[in-house]
Amino acid sequence: MSILVFAEHDNNELKADTLKTVAAAQAIGGDIHLLVAGSNCSTVAEQAAKVNGVSKVLVADNPAYEHQLAENVSLLVTELAADYEHIIATALTTGKNFMPRVAALLDVAQISDIIAVESADTFVRPIYAGNAIATVQSLDSKKVITVRSTGFDAVATDGNAEIVNIDNATDAGTSSHVSDELTVSERPDLGAASVVISGGRGMQNGDNFKLLEGIADKLGAAIGASRAAVDAGFVANDMQVGQTGKIVAPDLYIAVGISGAIQHLAGMKDSKVIVAINKDAEAPIFQVADYGIVGDLFDVLPELEAKL
Amino acid sequence: MKVLVPIKRVIDYNVKVRVKADNTNVDLANVKMAINPFCEIAVEEAVRLKEAGTATEVIAVSIGDKACQEQLRTALALGADRAIQIETDQNLDSLNVAKLLQKIVEEEQPQLVILGKQSIDSDNNQTGQMLAALTGLAQGTFASEVKVDGDKVNVTREVDGGLQTVALNLPAIVTTDLRLNEPRYASLPNIMKAKRKPLDVKAAADFGIDLSPRSTLLKVTPPSERQAGIVVETVDELVEKLKNEAKVIS
Repeated sequence: MSILVFAEHDNNELKADTLKTVAAAQAIGGDIHLLVAGSNCSTVAEQAAKVNGVSKVLVADNPAYEHQLAENVSLLVTELAADYEHIIATALTTGKNFMPRVAALLDVAQISDIIAVESADTFVRPIYAGNAIATVQSLDSKKVITVRSTGFDAVATDGNAEIVNIDNATDAGTSSHVSDELTVSERPDLGAASVVISGGRGMQNGDNFKLLEGIADKLGAAIGASRAAVDAGFVANDMQVGQTGKIVAPDLYIAVGISGAIQHLAGMKDSKVIVAINKDAEAPIFQVADYGIVGDLFDVLPELEAKL
Repeated sequence: MKVLVPIKRVIDYNVKVRVKADNTNVDLANVKMAINPFCEIAVEEAVRLKEAGTATEVIAVSIGDKACQEQLRTALALGADRAIQIETDQNLDSLNVAKLLQKIVEEEQPQLVILGKQSIDSDNNQTGQMLAALTGLAQGTFASEVKVDGDKVNVTREVDGGLQTVALNLPAIVTTDLRLNEPRYASLPNIMKAKRKPLDVKAAADFGIDLSPRSTLLKVTPPSERQAGIVVETVDELVEKLKNEAKVIS
């Protein structure tokens, strides 16, 4: 039984989430091959060869895969699919984008966003934004799966897999890449940060988010926001943590001036440790927080920054 | 240019979801239902394309029992011109939904299909991409901007770490992200007008597609509840706890 895992990368660096996706593949069990599809991506292939548990790295290095356009990558993966029973990708933007195409081309369903593996055909996944947990058994002969990486622990990187170049260049010719506009930030990405500090409506305005920056700098944290803060225009939408924004599960989550609406809790309640700072002792956020401070955030934040 | 907008009836996003006591599914009895928020954004985008003179007709389609006509009427009140209900009592996998939509795309020949990126019940994030694969069309998923330009459409996509713009040959499939637009509220006169707009009903069984399920839902459980922790009195105490008890900072 063989498993094909799609490697997330930017042609320079293998994304750490791939190590967690390989852990999900190990939980299924079988011979694991890692596919690196990109352009001028040989450094990624070398990193991929070191991932533990991987026996072979398939490298499709071609300009057609430079931006990992769904139309092209899905054709590549579908062609390779004959040799595999499981085809797995991380549930990040690339995997979410092309994997359902692969499933449809293979005429099978996709099991999205799994957080645990029960057996080779049975998987656990959150539904209703994590307000319910479903156990699903696939009835298809081939399983197309995306993995929510927060559910698995990364494998080590001291392996030594064989690298095989595959001569495949599929350009569907229906789409082309125009431009990228990537947010440049000194801070870690919200989805990948081990510490997140978020502000809510209690921050009162966008300028006050500066109060979070000093603490974020000291903790190496990413800065997030509640939907209420985004809707009020304090900060940009890409900072939103919640059901309709980003779903995070850092080691430490600090909620500042956030009441704890269902839709926000859905995006952060899997964090290992939650701290709430709010002046309303009745705020629902305190029901999920490990540590709470009832107080005015404008007093608490400067003191916290000073004492870290 | 025709625009097709598939929409889904789901639990209202403000409702607290409860799992049934027998763990077979979530309890939807007597729960407020609504148009899926991402689908509502899709309807709004299509209506704006029509208002801008780019689109000539907006067709809303939904798959489900009679109750989903309520959401189709909402789409009509928001500005869609006509609606199609594909009637079924079955709870369909995304793949089967995409196969039914493929038939509607073949019948209607839209230049653009705009869907929500995911529904807030099953959270699959699959239907748009699957429809694109089945129809052989290009896709622009998680769109925050859609610009039709001649025989192409430029779609700016929300990706990890920022934005990516792709150019797609028309016809094409677009799925919406939250930032694409802010949907309008339907006005009372438009709600009244929507009642007279055409709504066709077609039986899912008549499309000649094998709609048998591809997976079995074994059980649904509530997520593990977090225990409320403690309220600390001072910042010093908080820092001490985070260092020595939780060990999440050093």
